[in-house]
Formats: sequence, structure tokens, C-alpha cells
Amino acid sequence: MTGITVARRAGAGTIRRAGLGPLGTAAAGVVVVAVVLAVLGPALSPADPNASDFASAYAPPAPGHPLGFDGQGRDLLARLLEGARTSLLGPLLVVALSMAAGTALAIAAAWAGGWLDAAVSAALEVVFAFPGVLLAMLVAAVFGPGLGAAVVALAVAYVPYIARLLRGAALAERGKPYVRALEVQGAGALAICLRHLVPNLLPLIAAQATLFFGYAMVDLAIVSFFGLGVQPPDADWGVMVASGRSGVLQGYPAEALLAGGCVVVLVVAFNVLGERLPGAAGAGGRPWRRTGLRTGRRTGRRGGAA
Amino acid sequence: MTTPDPRGPVLEVEGLRKTFGDVVAVAGVDLTLHAGGALAVVGESGSGKTTVARMIVGLERPAAGRITACGRDRSRPARSARERRRRGGEVQIVFQDPYSSLDPRQSPASAVEEVLRLHTSLDAAGRRGRVAELAGLVGLDERQMAAAPSRLSGGQRQRVAIARALAAEPRVLILDESVAALDVSIQAQVLNVLADVRERTGVAYLFISHDLAVVRQVTDDVVVMRGGAIVERGPTARVLDAPAHPYTRLLRESVPRPGWRPARRALRTGQDDELKESR
Repeated sequence: MTGITVARRAGAGTIRRAGLGPLGTAAAGVVVVAVVLAVLGPALSPADPNASDFASAYAPPAPGHPLGFDGQGRDLLARLLEGARTSLLGPLLVVALSMAAGTALAIAAAWAGGWLDAAVSAALEVVFAFPGVLLAMLVAAVFGPGLGAAVVALAVAYVPYIARLLRGAALAERGKPYVRALEVQGAGALAICLRHLVPNLLPLIAAQATLFFGYAMVDLAIVSFFGLGVQPPDADWGVMVASGRSGVLQGYPAEALLAGGCVVVLVVAFNVLGERLPGAAGAGGRPWRRTGLRTGRRTGRRGGAA
Repeated sequence: MTTPDPRGPVLEVEGLRKTFGDVVAVAGVDLTLHAGGALAVVGESGSGKTTVARMIVGLERPAAGRITACGRDRSRPARSARERRRRGGEVQIVFQDPYSSLDPRQSPASAVEEVLRLHTSLDAAGRRGRVAELAGLVGLDERQMAAAPSRLSGGQRQRVAIARALAAEPRVLILDESVAALDVSIQAQVLNVLADVRERTGVAYLFISHDLAVVRQVTDDVVVMRGGAIVERGPTARVLDAPAHPYTRLLRESVPRPGWRPARRALRTGQDDELKESR
């Protein structure tokens, strides 16, 4: 099995060589910091995020409370840290669900072609017609508000976008001689897809997942803002922007600004990062420093086969 | 030189036909390849030779006709996984493009091993030994077999593709313009490997090419295709030295040599009528 370990190493090397550029590296840093803060949140938190003390409503920063308090006298830093968990976990679930379903549909359609391809495309066209946020709100209105319903609804709404892009890539990959050679060898379709097609689409899948993480974050914040996602008093950045609105009118914009700022910074970071990942050229982002990757090596292609 | 084999034909194609929409790509082709033989299919781009190869390995479905390999019909798609594997053990193919013929994420050793796992019941140690054997057969060392495909040259990749095809121990190996994309010196290297492999394994070659010099070096018999049909066939030396059909003469005259002048104009004006009449 030595050959397989060699192949894995070659794959990792390709990703390293591709390079993210300074901005991309900064974006990756922002994402890593956010994830670490979200994971360690409760341990770092200066106070209970839900403990309210009306005496300190809208109180300015104080020792031990570096960001001050919201309108109900809850510690803002504690709530931001607590909110980071749901604000990151929600998009993570959306992306995991939609990428899994989108990839499976795309590869099945590209592989089988014919009526299955046509049926999948037609079904996706229908889902395309529903804007994600509206679908999420509709589902929340029917099944009751909460993060779960919103996550499932958004995942469903994202599947067509992901599947359409990956279908094209899978179709191109399927036509390559190495896949044809495996077919001629008599390898099974599932084995070829899982062992060869998916791994070779992985850079594209990763770039796409990163971009959609940003979209999902905004969409989930919107759903929570309208009170149909995460339910108060649980902290969530979308919920905090909503509950901070009254503070903005009274001259205490800290809560809304901080929560909104967190969303903006992370969404920008995910977008920047997604556009610079090695698979980004195919994912609609611009190619970024694709050194050593398939450049200048294609001179002899398709020279005149009958 | 024809080499008649007592074991008879390993590959027989009768009345093979393929259409794409209104376009007739292959219009009734008959071929016979004997065990251990080497048959060339020559013709210009678009003459249908690659389509014939793709139908033989099951990548295209024939509109009509019969394909028999090792005495078993393969004109229809395989019904079961076992049938697919068995066909894989009869006929293999090496494609033209060396750069996309290997999975970029898989080392040559792993690619060959994957085929061995599919086609043999060897254990891990046995497979390792066989990978080394096949690597030796095509002239690749252990370091090259463990390298990422992007680190290999076109010629090395094509040799990996040959080793991978041979791992299934096929009776027939189709070489679809397999050396066309390589430099002349590398081409010679790969052709030597092919001659060597045929001598040692007794595999038969169906050699698809537009390069008459290469065809002369590698094959015993040749068929000439034009517009999806075979216009001439016979022993390679005889057909290339004394072509009977005007199209074969034209092909031969199109090979650059000292004093060579392109004959394409001639084909458009006068010669084409002669070609049409002769069909």
C-alpha cells in the first residue's frame, strides 16, 4: 500500500504549492481565530452570556467587561463569544448538508447521463426558483422557528447552485482518459467515483464550500434577525443585531455594530479565502498564483485523433 | 509479414458501423487480429479509426455490426460487474494524451496495483512483486513508480499507461495514437518497449496511427481507413511499398521527406475525383 501514501502526499503538496497570497493568508488567519474563539468560547467568557442585570443596561466598558453591556445588562463580549458558536455551527451544517447532497447529485447525473441527468437537472431548476432566505422563513413558519429548520431549508436551497457547478466539473473529469481507462479495466462506477472522481474534485469542492459558508452565514443571520432562526435569549449574531436595534435608536449602537461587524468580517474572510483556494478557478473565483499547477504542460493535447 | 496463428483470431470485427446523428463515423468495418499479431489502422483525422477503437473497448455503442474478442461477443454493453471485468482482461487500450491518462493524485505503482486487485487474486506482497515486474517490462524504476504523475515526462507516463493496461493481462492491446504526442526520440523509446512487450508477453496489438513510419516499424498488417470505411488492407510492407489504392498512395506521399511538396491542393482539385470513383 506504499503507493497510496505517496499519492496522498503528492495531493497535499499540490495544495501547499498553490499558495493563498498575503490577503488569502490573512483571511485564513481570521477564520482560524474565529473558529478557535468559538470552540473555546465558554472558557474565555468573562461572564454568563444570559445573566442580565438591568442596573448595568447599556453600561460602558468596565474592568472585566471590555465591551460593556447590552440593553438588558448582559456582558457583550460573553454574548459575542457565545454567538460565535451558533453563528459558525449553523453555516457549517448548511455547507456540510448541501455539499454532500450537491456532490452526490452532480456526480450521479454526470456519470449516468441520459434520463437521470435530465431528471436531476429538471428537479434542480424547480428548487432554483426559491430564494434561500424565503425558503428558510417559509419552513420556519410551518415547522416552528429554530436553527434546525433554517439549516435544512438553506441547505436545500443551496443544492442546485452547488450541483450545477460540480456537474460540469464532474462531466469534464469523467471524460478524461484515466477515467475511461478505469472503465475499460472493468472497475465499478461507485469505486471510480469515490476513489478517483471525488478526490480530484476536492479542491473545487473545498473552494465552493468556503464561499457558500459565507453566504450561509449571512442568510442564517438574516433568518435569526427576523426571529425565525436562533431564538432569544440564546446569543447569535443575527439575534444580537435584531435586539441591538433599539439600542441604536437610543444612541447605544455597540451591540448591533459589534455583532454585525463580526458577520461582515467573517463573511469577507470566507469570500477572500474561497476565491484563493486551489480549486477556485473552477468555482467562479479568479485564479490566484496557480504556480506549478497544470501550466505549460499541455502542448501535446488532442493532436489529431480520428 | 502476416503471422498466421494456430490459435486463430483474438479479435474479430464484422460490419461495424457507428453514426453520430446524421454523420456516419464508421461505415461497415471488418478487421481480424490474430493472437500475438500486430495490425495497424491508418488514416487521416476523422477517418473513424479512433471510433472503431472506442467501440471495441466498449466506450461507444456500435449502431450495427459484431465485435468478438477471445471468442466472446462484446457488441452490447456488459450486463454485470463480472462481465465488465472479464472484458477488461481481454482487451485493453492506451490513449493518446499522456497528460490526462493518469489520475494526477495517484502514483503509477498505486494505479497498476489497483488493476491487479481488480484482475488477480494476488495478495499484497504478490501485487508488489508484479508491479515491480511490470515496471521492469516498460523500463521504469522504483522511484518513478512512486512519483506523482506530474513529475513524470510524457514518455514515462505513456509507459505507465502501458504497464497499467498490461496489468490486466489482456490478449489484445489497442494503442490509440499512443506515441503521437511524444517527441521523436521518446517515441522511439516507447516503440522499443512495445516491441519488447509483444515479444515477451505474446499480446496482440491493434495500432491506430496516422504515422506511416511508426506503423512500418511496429506492425505486420495494415488497414487503411478513409471516411469511415476500409479502402485497402494487406501486409504492412506491401501496402506501404506498393499501395494499390490512390488514397494510400496519397497518404504515403504526404510523409515529409527530402524534396517533399504538400499534395493537399492536388487532393482538392484533381485527385479527389479519382478517390471517389475508386470507392
